[in-house]
Order: sequence, then C-alpha cells, then structure tokens
Amino acid sequence: MTATAPRPPAVELDGIAKKFGEVVALKSVSLSVGEGEFVCFLGPSGCGKTTLIRIIAGLELQNAGVVRMGGPDVSALPPSERNYGIVFQSYALFPNLTVARNVAYGLETRRTPRAEIERRVDELLDLVHLRPHKGRYPAQLSGGEQQRVALARALAPSPSLLLLDEPLSALDARVRQSLRLEIKALQRRLGITTIMVTHDQEEALTMADRIVVMNHGVVEQIGSPFEIYTEPSSLFVARFVGHMNFIPATACERPGWVRVGSVELRHRPGPTPPPGSRLTLAIRPEEILIGPAARDGENRIVTRVCAMQFLGAFTRLGLALPGESRPTLECDVAVNALAEVGVREGAELPLVLKPEALRLFPDGG
Amino acid sequence: MAVLRADRAIPDSVVRHRLDGETALRYLLIGLFGLFLYLFVLYPMSKVLWRSLLNNDGAFIGAANYVRYFSTPAIAASITNSLYVSVVAMVVTVCLAFVYAYALTRTLTPWRGPFRVVAMLPIFAPSLVQGIAFVYIFGNNGIWTRLTDINIGVYGAKGIIMAEVFYCFPHAMLILIAALTATDARLYDAAAALGASKLKTFFTVTLPGVKYGLMSACFVVFTLVITDFGAPKVIGGKFSVMATEIYNQVIGQQNFTMGATVSVVLLVPALVAFVVDRLIQRRQYALVSSSAKPLEPRKNPLAEWGLFAYCALIAGSIAAIYLVILVVSLVDRWPYRLAFTLKHYAFDTVGGYSPLLNSVYVSALTAVVGTAVAFLGAYLVEKWRTRARAPLYALSLLPVSIPGMVLGLAYIFTFNVSGSILNRLYGTLAILVISNLIHYFTVPFLTATTSLKQMDAEFENVGASMGVPFYKTFWRVTVPIALPSIISISMYLFLNAMVTLSAVVFLVAPGTELAAVAVLLMDDAGDTAQAAAMSVLIIAVGLIVRFVYWLLMRGVTRRTQAWTQTAPDQAAVMGTGSLK
Repeated sequence: MTATAPRPPAVELDGIAKKFGEVVALKSVSLSVGEGEFVCFLGPSGCGKTTLIRIIAGLELQNAGVVRMGGPDVSALPPSERNYGIVFQSYALFPNLTVARNVAYGLETRRTPRAEIERRVDELLDLVHLRPHKGRYPAQLSGGEQQRVALARALAPSPSLLLLDEPLSALDARVRQSLRLEIKALQRRLGITTIMVTHDQEEALTMADRIVVMNHGVVEQIGSPFEIYTEPSSLFVARFVGHMNFIPATACERPGWVRVGSVELRHRPGPTPPPGSRLTLAIRPEEILIGPAARDGENRIVTRVCAMQFLGAFTRLGLALPGESRPTLECDVAVNALAEVGVREGAELPLVLKPEALRLFPDGG
Repeated sequence: MAVLRADRAIPDSVVRHRLDGETALRYLLIGLFGLFLYLFVLYPMSKVLWRSLLNNDGAFIGAANYVRYFSTPAIAASITNSLYVSVVAMVVTVCLAFVYAYALTRTLTPWRGPFRVVAMLPIFAPSLVQGIAFVYIFGNNGIWTRLTDINIGVYGAKGIIMAEVFYCFPHAMLILIAALTATDARLYDAAAALGASKLKTFFTVTLPGVKYGLMSACFVVFTLVITDFGAPKVIGGKFSVMATEIYNQVIGQQNFTMGATVSVVLLVPALVAFVVDRLIQRRQYALVSSSAKPLEPRKNPLAEWGLFAYCALIAGSIAAIYLVILVVSLVDRWPYRLAFTLKHYAFDTVGGYSPLLNSVYVSALTAVVGTAVAFLGAYLVEKWRTRARAPLYALSLLPVSIPGMVLGLAYIFTFNVSGSILNRLYGTLAILVISNLIHYFTVPFLTATTSLKQMDAEFENVGASMGVPFYKTFWRVTVPIALPSIISISMYLFLNAMVTLSAVVFLVAPGTELAAVAVLLMDDAGDTAQAAAMSVLIIAVGLIVRFVYWLLMRGVTRRTQAWTQTAPDQAAVMGTGSLK
C-alpha cells in the first residue's frame, strides 16, 4: 500500500466508533482495504471485529465515523444499496429453498431473464463444485457444502465486496483446512475485495493478504501475515498470534542487554529501556537453537528438560532456566532431531537464544 | 495506512441510514400494529378503569364504588366465592391431571393414545356444556338423583367445581405432558446407579423436574376458573362468583359502574397469576439440555393396570358427560319420554341455525385475521429492535390476563358510544371477530414469536445484502418455514372462537347471535334439550375442524419433509430418533 494510491480504496473506515449502551465496542477504528485485497479482522471474541464488519455491511449503525466504499461515503446507505455479498457464521441458508434457488435468490429480484439466472446459478455452482447438488435442500448437505452454497449465493449478484463473518468456525478441523485453500483460491481468481472476520489466527495467517489484529475495540496492528508473525508490535499481538515464549527480564546498564535470573542476554536492537525497568522477552519455540547449533555462540544458556510433550511431527520440550526448577521456556524439536541431540527428561540441554529472535516488550504490554 | 486516533468521547446518537421506502414501510406497519393494540386493548381497558371511578350519571366519585363493593356483603361474597372455587378446582384438576399425564408419558399403560384423545374433548365444548351435563346427571331431576334418590346439591360451589375440573382438565394435562416428556433419562440412570429407591427417585428427580410445569398448570387452571362465566352461570344457582356478578350487574341491573368495579377487581388475580407464571417460565428454560436422552418407560404390570383403571375412570367420566349431552339432545323429553327425535335441533327459540352459522363464520374470520395479525405483529416486534418493541410486546401479552367478561364490558364502553366513529363497529360481526382475536391474542403471538426466534436472525440481512426487500424474504422464507406454527395458531383461534362465551356475551346483537350464546339463552329459557343439541353441534364443528387441520398438517409435513430432514451423515450419527 502506498500513500498515493491511484484509485480510492475499496473500503475505507475513518474513526468508526460504536457503543452498545455504556459498553464501548469500537473506539475510533480507521483503516483501508485496497481493491482486490483479502483482509482479515483477527481478534479474540468481544474485540469488536464482528461489530466492525456489520457496520461495513450497514447491519449495525456506528455512533461516529465514516464508511467509504470505492470513494463515496456510504454511511447513510441502507444495506441493500451498498453492493456487497455476505456469508454469515450460520450461513443463513434458506432451508425451504433448494441449493439452486438459494443461489438465485439475489438474482431473481433484479429483473434478470430466467435463462440468464439459470446460467449464472450453474456457473457459480461449478465454481464451488456443487452443481450435482443443485436440486437438494440445505439440510441434505454437509456443513462444508452448505458453506460453499452460502458463498455462491453471496457471489451470485456479482458484488464488488465480499464479507465473511467467521465463515469456517462451524466446521470441523479437516473441512476447515480444505475450505481455507478453496476460498482463498476463489478470491484470487475472481479478484474480489474480501474482508473476513475470524478469531482463528492460523486461518488469518494462511488466507489474508493483510491482517488487522484487534483487541478491546482498538486496532492493535495492521500488517501482512509475515509481519504480524515476525514483528508483533505489542505483547497482545505476540500472545495472540502463533506460539510464543515469554520470559520476565530486567534491563541492564549495558544498552541492548537484559538480565534473566542469573544470566545476561543480548536482545534484538531497538529502543533501549531505562536500566532496571521490568521487561518481557519473547521468542518463538522454533527459534530456539539446540544441538550442534547451540555448541557455542552468543546468548548460550544451559537449561534443564522438565517436561516432554509428544505432539506428532515434533516434541515440545519444557525447559527450566538456570537456577530455576519450573519450565519457563518451550522449545519445539522435530522427532529425528530429538534422537540426534539425545534429549531426556531431567537432563541438561544447552541452547542458544539468538539476539535477533529475542523481542523486547515493556512489561504489561 | 491505519491511523489510530486519540480517544475522544463517543456520541450517544448513531449515524442513521437515510429513510428508504422499505424502512418507511416498516415504520408504518409497526405504527399500525401499535394503533391496533392501543385501540382494542389499552384504550378499552382504560375506559373500564375510568368507568369504575364514576357514578351511573357519569360524575367522578373516586373509590366510592370500590367501597360499596367491599362493604355490600351480597356482592363482596363473590370475591371469596371466586377464590374458593378457583383454588379447589385448581388443586383437584392438577392432581388428577398429573397422575393421568404421568400414566400417558412415563408408563406403558395400555390405550395411552385413546385416553389422550378422549381427555381432549372438553377443549371443543363451551364451559357451560359441562355445567348443563352435571345438571342432567346430579340436578334435582338428574339421572343420578332419580336412580339413587340422593340429591348431592349440585347447584352452587360443588357443581361449579365439578364442571370446571372437567373443563380445565385437558389444559392442565397438556402442560403436564409437556413437562413430563422433557426429561433426561441419564438422571434416572444416575439415581438408579446411586441406589435410590423408586419413591426417592420420584421425589428427588421426577417432581423437581416437573416443578415449573406443575406451577404453570396451576396458574393456567386458576385463571381459567376465576375468569370463567359459563359454568357458574348454568350450575352456580345463587352462588355468585365475580364473573357472574359482572353479568348480573350489567345485564340484570344495568349498573355499568358496578360492573366496571367488579371487572377491575377481577383483573387483579388474573394479572398476578399471569405475571408469576411468566417469571416462572423464564426460569424453566435451561432445565433440559439439548443432549438429554429421552426416557424410555419400563414395564411394570401392577402399576400399569392400576393406572389403566384410573385413566379408564377419568376418560370414561369425560366421555359420559358428552354422551349425556348427546342423548339428551336426541330424546323427546329426558328422562320421561325417551323416544328418539330430532325436534330439539330445530332451535325455534333462537332463530334456527343462524347462530351456529354466525359462529362458524366469526371463528373462521378470527382464525384468518387473527393469525395474520398475530404472526405479523410477532414478526414486527421480533425482527426489528425499535424503541417500540418493549411496549408492543407488553401490550401483546396483556390480553391473556384480561378476563373475557372484562374485555366484553370494556368494548361496550368503547364502542357503544353514540356519536363516536367507533360506534359503527357496535352490533356487527366485526366486533365479535375483534374481541375474540384480542381475547385469544397472546398465545398465538407467543407461538409466532417462538417460531420466529428459532429462525436464523440473518435471513433478512442476507436478503438486504442482495437488495431483496424484507417483505419478499418474509413471504418466500419466513412464512413457509413457520407454516406449521401458522396452522396451529389458526386452529387455536378457530376452536376458541367457537366455544367462547364470556367476551362475546355482552357484544352480540340481533342478527349477530353466536352458538355459545344461544346455548346460554336456551338454557336460561328452560330449553335445556335445545341447549344440549346446540352444544352437540358446536362440539361436532370443532371436531370436524380439528380433523381438517390434522389433514392439513400432515400434508404440510409431507411437503416440507425434504428440507427439514437432516443430512445423511448427520442422521446416521444421531439415529432415527431425532428425525421428525
């Protein structure tokens, strides 16, 4: 995204605020979504992400702020005049209409000729691979199939914006995985601007071009999945996205160094907190080096293996820092590496916490 | 990129959408529904309240009417009389119905189906039919009295209670069947695993489980009895209850202000019962979880035969009542000349068959109009959370606590006003339809609300997102899904409109006589055989209509089977038990 975009953003939110009675759901949210972009609103339940997408849809009225779509202000337009398609968490398929009639629902009122409607319905059902099921009723389909019908129905009138409100959360894990890829591929192919709400960080990481991490009605961070994962801007984002080790630490006199228990560690370059202040170090389990890579180097510490949790492809080790008895660090080790290094419960394990991987957050976020 | 602005005060007002045609239509409909409820519920009720504070010349006299009411022993007795018969009838009915419902749901007692059907019979008869039947059985010239020479003194509290018990029995039974069905077999498994005896299980699992159902049944029966007019009128003799007192004051003495005063007092117990029942029902919800396993009754021959005898006795008594009515209507002069005749079906004193035809016509109109109003009203209230929601909801619930006599009197005060535009309605069939519709409005409204609540809240939003107006989605999706509820609402309205007496007794006029009122008039005039004949016809119409609805419902179920059926893979997991 550049500051001088030639075209106005597909969706632009400016200072959106919403409260329900005395409860503030959104505090001045501003962001923009580019043409053809796939943006995820990610956050825990109650963070305001669903309220935000419903305000974009015109299903909820904001207390302050402006919604623009492709330039003009649409804040005063009712939902029917905003030109979007939406898939709800429940799908809200009409149970008394067949798959074909569900998909045709938005076309039938637009004075489209019947043959044209049938053609468009077939085209969309092909797109979601459900053409053989066109005569069935929603109750006769599996959850994943219902979800795809809802998607086809939302896309049928060719909207310029697709809104997905937790579209996969009602499905079981396996179906969810394959639908993630399918929806993403479909979105790429159609090039339709898409906003998806989810509380599943994995879903956001795999599907989105950009992620908007929200918490307590505030945008915590906006960035690509890679940026969000590697450069979380706050303790909240670090905690919410991916798995992360948090180590309480104190700033040292020496700039760029912190003290953890009895050892001093160098952290990644950045702002230098005043000496003595309480900090939180964060490092991802897969960034901890063990075995041959930990034979020597900076930030080398010797920990004790307290717990081993077998998780299939890898094993998660619970490690106690020097001078401590309880595990504060978790480290993921692939099964074959485990044998190579010779990890045993109770044994000592030297490891290296690379300074570039040690992120620093002021205590309390 | 994103700019996070500094926190500033969020305004209380929201950014409104511009008013489009659809939204305007919505507001218009909500306004019309509000006007309807105001005109036919709130305004008439305020008239009754106001009238009770005036003297018969229309001058304001404060609480003087109430003082007179409570200090005149002859009138004041109606309060204690009403409470007495209501409480006794409530206790007897609920106890009898509980055992009956228990036998039908929790045991393998033979003939459970036929027993259930027979027990429903009183639903199809006006409450005064039971009274007439008991007069024929236990009255001075009754069959029991002549055979045994024992006169039990049926005229008075005893007769009223007997008639009311039979009249209310199906209502209590239905509530208790629902309560006894909604249970979790795992609780009984747990009790058995813990070594609890049958008696202990009954008191620690069964009774607590149906606690709310029992209370609900009590309130319903209490309200039905205290507001009933028919049975006390025909069998009460000199024993005056509040409902008959209103009638006597208004029709007998033309004392409208005292009628209004008694009405306001009668409102109190009905309102209290209603409010408490609502509070209880609100707590009832989470009692049975969705994962509950249905209880499969086990064989227990001794209990089964005991309960079979019990059910046979009750069902037999109910059947006997209607058999007596049928026989009386078909013999020359009971009990002196027992030759078969159809002469009582000529209805010469009330103008032939026009009351019956009027009743069918009014009931059909009530069913059609009432279903439309109740369903649309529930839709307006449920789907659009406007500021009008709470008052409209409250006004829609209010009618169930208004006794029919009070509603009828309120309509006299509202529509029998010369010079008023509302006067046009007076003496028409329309006002009978409206009074029935309001009198029985709450149950249909709540049924519709429940069925709307079960629907996905996003249907209209999906439609709106595709530019489909709400009324199209209403017609193409909401109505078809709710069709079973819509059918049962219209049946409820038809059957009730067919048998009601209390609300319409003040409102019928020459040319708009109704069958139930005709029964009352013929009984009053001493033509009890004709009254019985008319009762038989009312019951027959009810049964025929019920059968037609059954066919209709079966057709609808068959047609909607495809889309209410669950996916094959899910059905396999859940077993066939959950398939409707």
